[in-house]
Amino acid sequence: MADQTTNSIAFVADGNIPESPPPANETGVVKWLRDNLFSNVTNSVLTIISLYVVYLLLASTMPWMLNGVWNASSLAECREILAGKSGACFAVLTERWHQLLYGFKYPADAYWRPNVAFVLMLVAIAPVLFFDLPRKLLLFTAVYPFLAFWLIWGGTILAPLVALVGFVAAAYVFQTFGRSSFAVGFFGAIAAAFAVWLIGGALIPEGASENAMLSAVPSRDLGGYMLNMMLGVTCVSLSLPLGIVLALGRQSSMPLIKWICVIFIEFVRGVPLITLLFVASVMLAYFFPPESTVDLFLRVVIMITMFSAAYIAEVIRGGLAALPRGQYEAADSLGLDYPQAMRLIILPQAMKISIPGIVNVAVGLFKDTTLVSVISMFDLVGMIRGPILASTEWNGVYWELLGFAALVFFVVCYGISQYSQWLERRLATDHH
Amino acid sequence: MKKTVFLGAFTVAGLAAAAAAAGTMDDVKARGKLNCGVTTGLVGFAAPDANGEWKGFDVAVCRAVAAAVLGDASAVEFVPTTGKTRFTALASGEIDMLARNTTWTFSRDVDLKFEFTGVNYYDGQGFMVPKELGVSSAKELDGATVCIQTGTTTELNLADFFRSNNISYEPVPIETNAEAQQQYLAGACDVYTTDASGLAATRATFENPGDHVLLPEIISKEPLGPLVRHGDHEWGDVVRWTLNALISAEELGITSANIGEMSAGTNNPEINRVLGTEGTLGEMLGLDAEWSKRAIAVGGNYGEIFAQNIGEETPIGLARGLNAQWTEGGLLYSPPFR
Repeated sequence: MADQTTNSIAFVADGNIPESPPPANETGVVKWLRDNLFSNVTNSVLTIISLYVVYLLLASTMPWMLNGVWNASSLAECREILAGKSGACFAVLTERWHQLLYGFKYPADAYWRPNVAFVLMLVAIAPVLFFDLPRKLLLFTAVYPFLAFWLIWGGTILAPLVALVGFVAAAYVFQTFGRSSFAVGFFGAIAAAFAVWLIGGALIPEGASENAMLSAVPSRDLGGYMLNMMLGVTCVSLSLPLGIVLALGRQSSMPLIKWICVIFIEFVRGVPLITLLFVASVMLAYFFPPESTVDLFLRVVIMITMFSAAYIAEVIRGGLAALPRGQYEAADSLGLDYPQAMRLIILPQAMKISIPGIVNVAVGLFKDTTLVSVISMFDLVGMIRGPILASTEWNGVYWELLGFAALVFFVVCYGISQYSQWLERRLATDHH
Repeated sequence: MKKTVFLGAFTVAGLAAAAAAAGTMDDVKARGKLNCGVTTGLVGFAAPDANGEWKGFDVAVCRAVAAAVLGDASAVEFVPTTGKTRFTALASGEIDMLARNTTWTFSRDVDLKFEFTGVNYYDGQGFMVPKELGVSSAKELDGATVCIQTGTTTELNLADFFRSNNISYEPVPIETNAEAQQQYLAGACDVYTTDASGLAATRATFENPGDHVLLPEIISKEPLGPLVRHGDHEWGDVVRWTLNALISAEELGITSANIGEMSAGTNNPEINRVLGTEGTLGEMLGLDAEWSKRAIAVGGNYGEIFAQNIGEETPIGLARGLNAQWTEGGLLYSPPFR
């Protein structure tokens, strides 16, 4: 045995082999390339083809972008500066940026107003979007619509104030009477709000808007990307609650409510948005009394809101349907009444399921606001297609303008989509 | 609940008194502003500039009418309309007049119940081809692919023209002028056809305008002019004679430069009548004596407006052609101011 142990083992390791770096093709960039791009023949061929395509794209666009002319007063001047070389004429953006952002009629000395409204909007929606923030910020959110209205449209501050007081009165009446009877509270609140508005509206002195601190700007003068943002934000925030109501109404056991909701949803979903917009711009005038007109912006907001509310209602209905029946029964067995069950048990879960769908509708809706250009409202696309391309200076500049429009829309839509992914991660309660 | 009430609030807030159904002229005077329908943008004819001020050939008509009626050329609310919304806007009273390169046709005049108050631009459908095609007449276009805007009268005119000349063509339907420019430049079609003024404006934006030619054939009549609602003849007269005043002014040699001098009185009684130093023409229209003087003073006479917006000195570079005075072989012919 002894002999065996001394002679049959040729080598005994008496220490660790010194650490050596991993083989060159198993680390760093090389490994990453091998794993991800050149793992086998097919992938290698695809990678090379892709690189070639990327190269072609860049080779044709980069000179155009980098050669861009930023300072010129017309397309002809751009071409003179370029002298036959390929290059973009970004001068149209530097000269007309204010029209692209605010429309061509919004008074230039009042551009700070929409800017302030935009910054305040970020503050106002923050507590809605990020619920880790203190809940007291929601008070500002509630005041914000009236503030924004005053900032953007200007005129007398009394009008948004009266509107706000009306809502406060309605909320107060609902709080007081809603506990004992929902119907009394509900209709009482509506009556209170209208009473405040009628009285308040009569109290606003004639011509109050003329010498107001902020000069009044009619809706017709709004335009550019500002109009897209306003339509998008207003319609999304209005259509979400309306969509929830419609979704719940569709599940209601009360036939009247159920059928109203079903007919509304099915009708609106069956009609193209552009048709609704044409109705808003040309047909609604026939339904109202001849001496009254409803603001075009408001008509469009109503139509787009109706449209997206119907879609959101269906998305939420999907969320409601996905909940196991046990959740409803659990809520019932806890002795919760219908509003409590919905608010505390059903909707939080259903809404979480519906987030991707709702965000999908919101992004689509935001992009659909460009459709208002067909009813001669000058949103971003309307500004480009109409006034800017029709000016003698800039007729013929397409890529630069439409590329700019695509870029600003992409920024917002990508932001919305990133937010929804964060929200889904934040709300995830399943632990894998 | 909140939602319903919110909408209600805005509806109430949005309700505003609109014009009553009295005469349009009284409405305009009471309002202190002329609501004039224009296009959402057509090169040279109507488009806001970098400062948001509307400029163009059609816009000048609106401004002249505002100056005649209200004494202020800037008292105009320009209401942009699309081809689809323009007639409803006029019929519903949202605008007082429409100056939107609208072709005067029988059915629009008679069936749609409008009244065209004259012609401010005689247009017609033409063809543009690349020079290298070597075509000098539209009749040589047998078998050509043609870019054509769908749903317009140009589409029908094109079919008629090719059929009556026994030649064939391949239509490439497109939606807007912008799309047509791109398709044509990309070579998707050999020929682009639309109104001759539009072709000229389009060609002016090309990088090498000299590489494209407009063919001599004009295959349709497109008299473009301002229009008002049918039935309000007093208002129609104001628009009609404001336009005629601009045309007569050119014929009589009244320009924005010499109008001050001429309105002191001249030996030509017609000039005096136009400028209101003789006769009571303004009173007959329900305006003051200097109405047409103000209208002409805004942008000058017809010729000056033409030269400034779409004439040969501008990038659009349209020749007067049919739009010259009748004394110079054109069609412009204003009835006498008498």
